[in-house]
Amino acid sequence: MAPRPKLHTLVVLVENKAGVLARVSGLFARRAFNIYSLAVAPTDDERFSRITIVVDAEETPLEQVTKQLFKLINVVKIDLLDPDDSVERELLLASVHTEEGERSELIELVNVFKGTIVDVGHDSVTVMLAGKPRNLDDFEELVRAFGIVELQRTGRVALPQLDKQAPRLRSVVGKVS
Amino acid sequence: MKLTGAQALIKSLEMEAVEVMFGLPGGCILPAYDPIIDSSIRHILVRHEQGAGHMAEGYAHVTGRPGVAIVTSGPAATNLVTPLCDAYMDSVPMIAITGQVGTKSIGTDAFQECDTVGITRSVTKHNELIMSPQDIPRIVREAFHIATTGRPGPVLLDLPKDVLQGTMEWEWPETVDLVGYRPTAAADPQRIREAAQLIAQARRPVFYVGGGVLKARASEALKQLVEMTGIPVVTTLMARGAFPDRHELCLGMPGMHGNYTAVTAMQKADLLIALGSRFDDRVTGRVDAFAPGAKIIHVDIDPAELGKVRRPDVSIVGDCRQVIEEMVKAVRALDDGAQPDRTEWMAQVRRWQEEFPLHYEQGYEEGDRLKPQYVLETLRDSTPDDTILVSGVGQHQMWSSQYWKFDHPYTWVNSGGLGTMGFSVPAAIGAKVGRPDKMVWAIDGDGCFQMTAQELVTASSERIPVKIAILNNAYLGMVRQWQEMFYEERYSEVYLSPDLPDYVKWAEAMGCVGFKVEHPEDVQTTIDKANEIDDRPVVIDFRTDSSEKVFPMVAAGQSNDDIIPGPTPGRKVVQ
Ligand SMILES: Cc1ncc(C[n+]2csc(CCOP(=O)(O)OP(=O)(O)O)c2C)c(N)n1
Ligand SMILES: [Mg+2]
Repeated sequence: MAPRPKLHTLVVLVENKAGVLARVSGLFARRAFNIYSLAVAPTDDERFSRITIVVDAEETPLEQVTKQLFKLINVVKIDLLDPDDSVERELLLASVHTEEGERSELIELVNVFKGTIVDVGHDSVTVMLAGKPRNLDDFEELVRAFGIVELQRTGRVALPQLDKQAPRLRSVVGKVS
Repeated sequence: MKLTGAQALIKSLEMEAVEVMFGLPGGCILPAYDPIIDSSIRHILVRHEQGAGHMAEGYAHVTGRPGVAIVTSGPAATNLVTPLCDAYMDSVPMIAITGQVGTKSIGTDAFQECDTVGITRSVTKHNELIMSPQDIPRIVREAFHIATTGRPGPVLLDLPKDVLQGTMEWEWPETVDLVGYRPTAAADPQRIREAAQLIAQARRPVFYVGGGVLKARASEALKQLVEMTGIPVVTTLMARGAFPDRHELCLGMPGMHGNYTAVTAMQKADLLIALGSRFDDRVTGRVDAFAPGAKIIHVDIDPAELGKVRRPDVSIVGDCRQVIEEMVKAVRALDDGAQPDRTEWMAQVRRWQEEFPLHYEQGYEEGDRLKPQYVLETLRDSTPDDTILVSGVGQHQMWSSQYWKFDHPYTWVNSGGLGTMGFSVPAAIGAKVGRPDKMVWAIDGDGCFQMTAQELVTASSERIPVKIAILNNAYLGMVRQWQEMFYEERYSEVYLSPDLPDYVKWAEAMGCVGFKVEHPEDVQTTIDKANEIDDRPVVIDFRTDSSEKVFPMVAAGQSNDDIIPGPTPGRKVVQ
């Protein structure tokens, strides 16, 4: 397995308007920055959408990307999340081919990973797994042995890690913001 | 008050104090052309939409106000792409209005439909497809706000025909409220103090002044800071005139064809104070060899420029004028503005200036060819010193920047970032419309002239008396120079012929006065004649020496240390 790239997540809050995704992805294309994964969804405030973009931190000039993105008029806010300081999740759906007698083996694997069987066919099953992207990577690798018919991942979404200290303690430590 | 979308559009432009727009009508924009008849806004009918775009740029360059271009959909919109990109690269405030097919037809490959917003997304600061007539005033207001604040740039508004035809209830928004657009205003005072400290310690400092100083209208403030510190100044191609060339602290233009002293002083500096400049590759040469011993103070309104090419020691996000004014105070606050002894540095600078001045030789014997630099010097000395000079792109552009003496801001109009051949004729027209009180001369190449000359028909019919000097070397001269120097004189597809077309006849056919000059002794008299003409455009075809090259030169991708000051007699320069 190829070494895992060091990934960084940009959480971009944008105005919920036509063409905004094209502006954001177009900016990456024009400056030759590569996108590793991308997820878009509306937020709880209907005026905004959130675009979660994962990039290879080694290949991407993060500071330049962030600054260029921020120049887009429809971009409201950008959070640059280091995987070490954030909570990241992703969802995977895979239809897996199962030979006679293999099915129980697959179910076992799905259980170990705390996934779910969401559909069962005559010679294949569809499994769902939500979790940390790394777990999904591992699962994907293991399930490959059975024979993947189709596989889709949503791309990750992320939020910054919350403060673990009570406010009183926090002020003692002196949080730098 | 009920208005049509078209009426609301024109009224919104009036509310934004637009006095002139450059354009050409067609199917989808037709509704907007009807209220133009009754509007206070002057409309100048161009002969090609690219001309409208460059005219809007020329207007913006000299007035500081956004230029407006209005065209129809499809091919007209695509004809605007070049000037939009040009304006984007040079941070020129501009509003482009394009017609679009009706909202119901969008996406159906309707007649003259193109994805204008998609095509122009990467060459505009912002663009928008307006889907309802009710939105027009707000979006127009936002467009002017975006185009003129922060780092200026072009904004395009795409208006479907039914949106122009529909009705709306007129209401002009009092304020602009864009959640995602808050251009930085005030700079961090701590950073300014740090900058003042670096300046007070520097032994070999240079001000590296870029177009941002002009955009911020900071020339006065700059002069104060320069005189207070005694630090020499280079002005980039986009900043010519931001600091007077005739000032003893002005070293002229840096970069690939910059003055030896400007280039070398930057290389040897221990501090570069970059003001509204962006470390463009045409200035830095090979980046890792650029000004290796210099600390960097970088001031720009666009945070993305700071650290893009070279990591600054002190980076300041802010408007150049405000920052420079604060710097003046901060420098004064430190030990009453005392500066270290820089006599040795200034002596070194003077030695370079003496040893490596710009140089050419005009011979007056039978058979001596006319030198382009001689034409420029003669023109410079025969025109008022606030004359606006516009140029095309090529050798003539570099000679213009080198040999002219820019003593006032906003007297130099050129295409720096994109290097658009064909820029000068329409840009000169736009400049003259913006500043009818000033003499406007365009220096053009024979190659460039042939790209957009038809706009002289516009100038004649609208009585816009611009003056065009073609430095006709019968070649795509800049390309020829590279082929001579770096491709062993193998000339490939660069010859144009000196008299095909016949420039005088062509000028006359377009309603201009045309002159041809072949000999040095006729230069002055012909320029004098041209300067007398004020009721129509003038074109002078100067037959110049094809073999003349632009020096100094730093070859592409080379270190600025390897600057070639001039031709080596008897030796070819081969890379
Ligand atoms: C639209 C466009 N096409 C091509 C070029 C490449 N180019 C740069 S300078 C130049 C030659 C310009 O010739 P001319 O206008 O005669 O000017 P000269 O260099 O001879 O003074 C060319 C072809 C360009 N800058 N712009
Ligand atoms: Mg030429």
